[in-house]
Amino acid sequence: MSTLILRTASNYLLPVLLVFSIFILLRGHYLPGGGFVGGLIAAIAFVLHAFANGLDDTKNLLRFHPGFLMPVGLALAFFSGLSPIFVDQAFMTGLWFPEPFPVIGNVGSALFFDIGVYLVVIGVTLTIIFTISESA
Amino acid sequence: MLTAILLGFLFALFLVFTGKFFRGKMAILSALIPAGLFAYFASFIPKISSGEIISRTYQWVPAFGVDLSFKLDGLSLLFSLMITGIGFLVFAYTASYLRGHKYLDRFYGYLSLFMAAMLGLVLSDNLISMFVFWELTSISSFFLIGFNNTNPASRKSALTALGITGFGGFSLLAGALLLGSISGTYSISEMLSMKEAIAGSEYYILAVVFIFVAAFTKSAQFPFHFWLPGAMKAPTPVSTYLHSATMVKAGIYLLMRFTPVLGDQEFWNTTLIIVGGVTMVYSAVHALFRTDLKGVLAYSTISALGILVFLIGLGSKDAFLAASVFIIVHALYKATLFLVTGIIDHQTGTRDVTKLAGLRKIMMPVAIAGILAAISSAGIPPTVGFLGKELTYEASLHAEAFTVVIVVAIVLTKILLLWAGFVAGIKPFTGKLSEEYTNVKAPDFLMWGPAIILAVLGLIFGIFPMIIESALVKPVVSALGADASEYHLALWHGFNTVLLLSAITIAVGVLLYFLVKPSVKLENKIGKLEFISPKSILEKGTHYFNVFSAFWTNVFQNGYLRNYVTTIVLFLVVLVSYIMFGSSRVVIDHTQLSQVTAYELVVALILIAGVFYTVFTKSRLAAVAAMGVVGLAICLIFVFYSAPDLAMTQFSIDTLTVILFVLVLYRLPKYLTLSDYKMRIRDGVLSAALGTVICLLALQVLAEPTNSEVGDFYAKNAYIMAKGKNVVNVILVDFRGIDTFMEISVLAIAAIGVFGLLKLRLKSTDRSQ
Amino acid sequence: MEVLLAIIIGILYAAGIYMMLRRSLVKLIIGIILLGNGANLLIFLLGRITEGAPPIIPGESKVFLEAYADPVPQALILTAIVISFGLQSFAIILVKRAHKVVKTDDLDEMNATDEDS
Repeated sequence: MSTLILRTASNYLLPVLLVFSIFILLRGHYLPGGGFVGGLIAAIAFVLHAFANGLDDTKNLLRFHPGFLMPVGLALAFFSGLSPIFVDQAFMTGLWFPEPFPVIGNVGSALFFDIGVYLVVIGVTLTIIFTISESA
Repeated sequence: MLTAILLGFLFALFLVFTGKFFRGKMAILSALIPAGLFAYFASFIPKISSGEIISRTYQWVPAFGVDLSFKLDGLSLLFSLMITGIGFLVFAYTASYLRGHKYLDRFYGYLSLFMAAMLGLVLSDNLISMFVFWELTSISSFFLIGFNNTNPASRKSALTALGITGFGGFSLLAGALLLGSISGTYSISEMLSMKEAIAGSEYYILAVVFIFVAAFTKSAQFPFHFWLPGAMKAPTPVSTYLHSATMVKAGIYLLMRFTPVLGDQEFWNTTLIIVGGVTMVYSAVHALFRTDLKGVLAYSTISALGILVFLIGLGSKDAFLAASVFIIVHALYKATLFLVTGIIDHQTGTRDVTKLAGLRKIMMPVAIAGILAAISSAGIPPTVGFLGKELTYEASLHAEAFTVVIVVAIVLTKILLLWAGFVAGIKPFTGKLSEEYTNVKAPDFLMWGPAIILAVLGLIFGIFPMIIESALVKPVVSALGADASEYHLALWHGFNTVLLLSAITIAVGVLLYFLVKPSVKLENKIGKLEFISPKSILEKGTHYFNVFSAFWTNVFQNGYLRNYVTTIVLFLVVLVSYIMFGSSRVVIDHTQLSQVTAYELVVALILIAGVFYTVFTKSRLAAVAAMGVVGLAICLIFVFYSAPDLAMTQFSIDTLTVILFVLVLYRLPKYLTLSDYKMRIRDGVLSAALGTVICLLALQVLAEPTNSEVGDFYAKNAYIMAKGKNVVNVILVDFRGIDTFMEISVLAIAAIGVFGLLKLRLKSTDRSQ
Repeated sequence: MEVLLAIIIGILYAAGIYMMLRRSLVKLIIGIILLGNGANLLIFLLGRITEGAPPIIPGESKVFLEAYADPVPQALILTAIVISFGLQSFAIILVKRAHKVVKTDDLDEMNATDEDS
């Protein structure tokens, strides 16, 4: 599978796909997309890279085990839900910054929740795929 | 007050960490807990006897009306004092009885757990919290009965007791919920004011039956009585504490507590009189046929509990007075007798009453305690037992109907109980000491002290009844809803029918004691009738239930996956088609359906072809590829019908699934031809039937009108409330955020599971390779 | 199209169950996946299908101006798709592990309990 063309292409594809996945993630609130799809696309990007360059290369690129993304994502999602408690609102009330940010649009707790979902999905998918291909 | 209840729980927890300390010589220190609690509750006596009621409420689950609310009135005070007072003596007694036992700390842990649960039970004013404490007493008693957990008989008894009382616990919960829904509150105090409304409700009888079952199982009433003799396998301190003085009285407490709410109705009174009457006579007769001291005591305890139920059933002021005095009387003498039995067992190593005699020469103080308790149980003046018996007779004589039957029954019971008390309290100490036991050592003070304290108290209360009169007895009677202010307890009431009955009882009882000696022959006689007792019927029932379950399991849980699937699918097909074709025809409304365009048709055909190829191909890789095609076709369907998010997700997942399969699959063996032609036809027909049913079901549902209220709400408010325009995404991250959070947690768990299955060595299976 | 979809769903269910009734582990998992797809489509269909009107509020407006597809079934299916991936991968690994331990692909040889083996 590791032909020269695929290998070269995947080196460029990885950042492009990652940026694309973040784009999908961020626009999720307004247009089709969101954390689930974004996370899956990012995971596919890494899997593609692993196919072309070998698993070890991808792991070196990541520097840490993708499994760590799961607790990080879960914590982010949880605290984004918890944050309204500090301003005397019920758990998981949506909070928003008053002014929209450039490019991204409105930023609120829901966005952080979605980022949490994104991270967990990447973590789960990569953990599963990596584990399987390592011990296959 | 909460602290007082929780103290026992805290101490049990504390023991977990400091067990070693309490296992040794310091064990006696744990008796300080019940002693302190006893002093605490005793300090309420003046307030309670002046008619005050102390209540405290701590919120627990206010949304369901469940509070930790406690009420201390005459009734709960009497029980609290009994629980802590006898608790103190039992704790002290245990220190000597189980001295040096390996798990003494554990025993104390269970005991204090039980004490706390029991206190919570009698102080709770909220039915639900009462139920919780009720269950805790069942559970802690399970541990206590099964304390000798290396003995199978002991484990079995513990399980029987747990089964019976647990069943009663369910019944209590059912009764509590029913009463709660009738009256709209779980507070017992508030129910008091709704007596008429509850009695008038159509569910009154049902609620009473539930409460009765709970009380009868706990207080070992016929036909649930048999767990109590079995529970005598427990160490004697447990029998003393749980099975004579406290836990078995929880049922009595429940009945008394509900008397002002549910009582004074014909159904209530008649049932209690009959059940109590049958129990007291039945088990008093049974006591005659026992040779084990504890067996005699167990049956006489059941009989005494029967008397109490019977008295509550009589429902008159006299009866309540008699019941409240008799509770005290019984707690004092029965606990003493149990303690005495425990001492005898501990020192001589036997409880067989036919072998025991003349022990007074060795253990005089124990003999005094035993004889005093026997006299009190016989109701011979000047003990408090006499008071109890007089009041009981008084109440029975004033019964409204069947007076003669009732009086005969109660006198008969009392005669037999006198016999039982004498056998347990006097027989081991009189007569000639057998040579076998001449070298028996005398028990130490910690053992006989508690016994003699209780026995002497019985005497003191008898001579000076005013001590308990205003402090304990009258508040109980008023808590039961009767007024007893003008009545005075006294030993002498002049010559009347009651005195005559007393004289007859004592004379006949003493005569019986000299005529009938407990013997193995008698015990064998009753053994022949064992097969019709409720116990053996229940055991047979359980046995057949087990046989049936085994059969059932073999039929349905046979370990073949496809048999499970076949069964489920078959039932599904039969049931759904029965309902579908039984009710109406499938109607397809063509006007509402959308047209099929050419490219949709192509996609559908590709999909169908993909499915068939997946099923019928011989190559695994081809099957996976075809499955990928199916997924992509579904993805296109999502695109056509306005679900871009779904299409994107389906596409990514489809890709990943195929990758996953390819990674794993080529390590797995090739398809084998494992099924023959016939089986495939059979399975094909079955799955085709399911497919048809599902297809028709979908069409049927499509013909029904829809309700998109929820979707409309989300769509309307997506931007207004959540500032998002992609409604699907807004639902996921905002409206139903907690669901999504749970979902990603589940995903993470699945990933960890995969990681664990592959990375961690499964040691046992690897070794067996 | 609804009738066609209903037929497709029926076929997916039938194929899923048929595969689950086979004795091969791999077929079992393929069966589960097909069944899952069928269930997703069933929910989708029963939420009523709408052509060309995704549940996304258009442009500058704050509410929907015209008909739109019901978003609730879509949200349900989206989570179902992702969860089914977790389920599939776990099942696949279980199969792999079982195959390694028992050395068979035949489900019928896996019905022994721990006590027997």
